[in-house]
Amino acid sequence: MRKLLVIIPAFNEAKVIGKTVAEVMTVLPKGTSVLVVNDGSNDLTGFEAKKAGAIVINHPINRGLGGALGTGLYWAKERDIDYVVTFDADGQHDPEDILKVSEPIISGNADVVIGTRTKLGWGEIPWDRKIVLTLSNWLTWWLFGIKTTDSTSGLRAFNRKAIEKIQIKTDQMEVSNEFFYEIKRCKLRLKEVPIKVMYTAYSRSKGQKNSNAFSVGVKLLLRLFR
Amino acid sequence: MNFITFPLQLIAIVFLIFAFSRAWLRAKEGSIGWGMFLFWIFIWILVLVAVVKPELTTQLAKRLGIGRGVDVAVYISIVMLFYLNFRSNVMIENLRHEITRLTRIIALGQK
Repeated sequence: MRKLLVIIPAFNEAKVIGKTVAEVMTVLPKGTSVLVVNDGSNDLTGFEAKKAGAIVINHPINRGLGGALGTGLYWAKERDIDYVVTFDADGQHDPEDILKVSEPIISGNADVVIGTRTKLGWGEIPWDRKIVLTLSNWLTWWLFGIKTTDSTSGLRAFNRKAIEKIQIKTDQMEVSNEFFYEIKRCKLRLKEVPIKVMYTAYSRSKGQKNSNAFSVGVKLLLRLFR
Repeated sequence: MNFITFPLQLIAIVFLIFAFSRAWLRAKEGSIGWGMFLFWIFIWILVLVAVVKPELTTQLAKRLGIGRGVDVAVYISIVMLFYLNFRSNVMIENLRHEITRLTRIIALGQK
């Protein structure tokens, strides 16, 4: 049986992390681990995640989404994990979709799978997010030459080859776009799978701020020159 | 000899000697690479030429169709500032990444 690790990066998510971990665990096959990277939270995120049954790694200071995902992938690389799924802590993903994004990895049809929210749930995405997402997709294509329908999705799957080859250099939200740079650099096979999206007031307050879009663009440009 | 500009040139030259020495010391101690050292020497040599022979900037300005030598110096300075700002931002990003790596090592080392 192939070993799956679900990585959940979390920063100040004590209100929801326990529920998210518990829901993820109910759909996962036996032998699957859930790893919460507690990214320097000021609340009880680490405690709640552990209580719900997750393995917890605590960043002593907050480093951002990229830093937390990088730690999770590094942890997986050091162990005999066959494939990894990254999952948002804020409850915007349906845990059932973990199996959907895993399928192309298990069947050997892809090295990286992105769960795209735009194919099933375009109507449910708020209009301001649609603008930011469209610009982000366009930027990803322009900078990295990869066309995608959801460059900011948090639900992704990586096989062992991808886990070993991908080297994340950005620390914050721009990591979502950077994955596409790495997919191209490492010549990995990419597949997109439609997933559901469940925007809540909480997930909107925790997600990427629209005002960050410019900063993300600048940091991606800088990433190219590092 | 122009008695108004000479003291200003002297001050500028003293500053340039200081700038050269800083670049040399930073390169010697390894804080900046030799590529960056040559870059700074090139910049300070350009400034030195402009200070000692200000009429050359006017000639360059005429060739570029800008008009006054001082305008050329201002335009070049703006381009240089943009470039240096860009380099600083790249450096800050690299530093942030180093901090993240350190954070990761500490986090993974905890039992």
